[in-house]
Amino acid sequence: MPIILAVAEQRDGALRKVSLEVLAAARQLADALGGTVDAILIGAGEITGAAELGRYGADRVLLARHPDFGMYSPDGYAATVAAAGRGATAILVAATATGRDLAPRVAARLGVGLATDVTALGVQDGKVCATRPVYGGKVLQSVVLEGAPAIASLRPNTMPATESGKAGIIVEQVVPAFVARVTVTAIKAAAVAALDVAEAPVVISGGRGLKEPAHFALLEELAAAFGNAAVGASRAVVDAGWRDHGAQVGQTGKTVSPGLYIAVGISGAIQHLAGMRTSRTIVAINRDKDAPIFKVADYGVVGDLFEIVPRLTAEVRKLRSEQ
Amino acid sequence: MKIAVCLKRVPDTTAKLMIASSGTSIDEAGLKFVPNPYDEYALEAALKLREAEGAGAAGETVVVSLGSDAAQETMRTALAMGIDRGIHLQSSGSVDGLEVARALAAELKAGGFDLILAGKLAVDDSNHQVAVMVAELLEIPCITAVSRLTITGTTVDAEREIEGGIEVSTCQLPAVITCDKGLNSPRLPSLKGIMAAKKKPLEVKPVTLGAGTVRVTGLALPPDRKPGRIVGEGPEAVGELVRLLRDEAKVL
Repeated sequence: MPIILAVAEQRDGALRKVSLEVLAAARQLADALGGTVDAILIGAGEITGAAELGRYGADRVLLARHPDFGMYSPDGYAATVAAAGRGATAILVAATATGRDLAPRVAARLGVGLATDVTALGVQDGKVCATRPVYGGKVLQSVVLEGAPAIASLRPNTMPATESGKAGIIVEQVVPAFVARVTVTAIKAAAVAALDVAEAPVVISGGRGLKEPAHFALLEELAAAFGNAAVGASRAVVDAGWRDHGAQVGQTGKTVSPGLYIAVGISGAIQHLAGMRTSRTIVAINRDKDAPIFKVADYGVVGDLFEIVPRLTAEVRKLRSEQ
Repeated sequence: MKIAVCLKRVPDTTAKLMIASSGTSIDEAGLKFVPNPYDEYALEAALKLREAEGAGAAGETVVVSLGSDAAQETMRTALAMGIDRGIHLQSSGSVDGLEVARALAAELKAGGFDLILAGKLAVDDSNHQVAVMVAELLEIPCITAVSRLTITGTTVDAEREIEGGIEVSTCQLPAVITCDKGLNSPRLPSLKGIMAAKKKPLEVKPVTLGAGTVRVTGLALPPDRKPGRIVGEGPEAVGELVRLLRDEAKVL
């Protein structure tokens, strides 16, 4: 029977949300192929979330524990996933910082190709096929994965997590011997918000229209009002040194697909549009009514962002306090 | 130190793209091509490391590019920045990153490099995998998407951005490092550099790639978004915007 292996991600012992999305994709594939889902959870010591993986669609939860897995171990994780995935029909990983590092290692060790940053998965003539944005989102590429196993990394926010109401069997997975060529020694918390633009359900991005770096405080206040928002930036302001490169949305930054994207003072260069056009709802606030950003926006407000954004922040705050 | 930098020629990120009549590639007619922006960070890192060693230190910088003959033009840009020589692996390329990695690894294995640098991804295929696979095939360490890099003797200390934080890691040379934005500011080639680049050695080696296991069945432009609307002008429009976000888009 075909087995789909979903690689779950944890940090500090807690399951990351994106893992449930990967699991939902694995469940869909398994159902289409008449197979089962194994979720592998890698870590050290106590890891919470095994039961949750079962509830969200894993038939079996493989717990791979090793004293060196307190933090990400590129070589250890790769050896473990490759061993667990050998013989599987497909291996699915999240296209996160860890998943993007891990998936090519697993693919190389198993000698098969890899489709990264996939936004849709399916089955065609018994083979796994995938759609992935290329050229920073300007083009959608359809591929068939002919490798055994088929390996893909799934972009966050593209697949809703779905509870199955079942419980998976928890199995201890043996960690194979490995040579740790790379050692992760520490994780430094980011100076600002913990939410990443690639994963946040709401993204508020600013561009040159903000006039100076300090004015990003306006967007941070709006993000705080939402409570689940990350602040992004256009390439122009990142190149100018106003914001950290990790916040850049676009072809040479991050491609994002949040439920709500608010572009503030961003004209909408083609490489920025490519990086955010798959957002579910787009709002643009800009003083130039002819700015290209309004062509992709569902809702546009023309005018002075310094008047509009504080009003929006107040309204969102009010709405949130009523909820 | 002997450093190799992997470089890919890609369409300019400001270009609007069309699909070729084959349906499985983009139409390259009239497109401007540039060095992959992330590879420029790798080129700059290589030059900086060599400069820090001081003039006369043993070693060299080599740019390696797999692609069509047009890749040579892009490689000349790297040579003009200051890279010592080039190796062009002549091939039509593959969408399967592992096949590209196999060809690169075969070449790099023989080179005896202390350090192999590359961009964290190429902005065309957005494959995000080739350099990591090279490291796996060569069985050497690899740290990906690095935005801070220090090399002391044979010890590599690197930082990379992860969701909500910075991951700090270490490894020993020889190693593969993939570079992210923020690592440095790539220099522009000087006029003197451009002149010198014309005379720098650029070796051409035809390579044949395997068939691979990833097959492209089609390319499409993303569907147009539904036409939106201007809700209004100025702060007075905010009330209506919030109502639409709550009642129509249901995102509030």
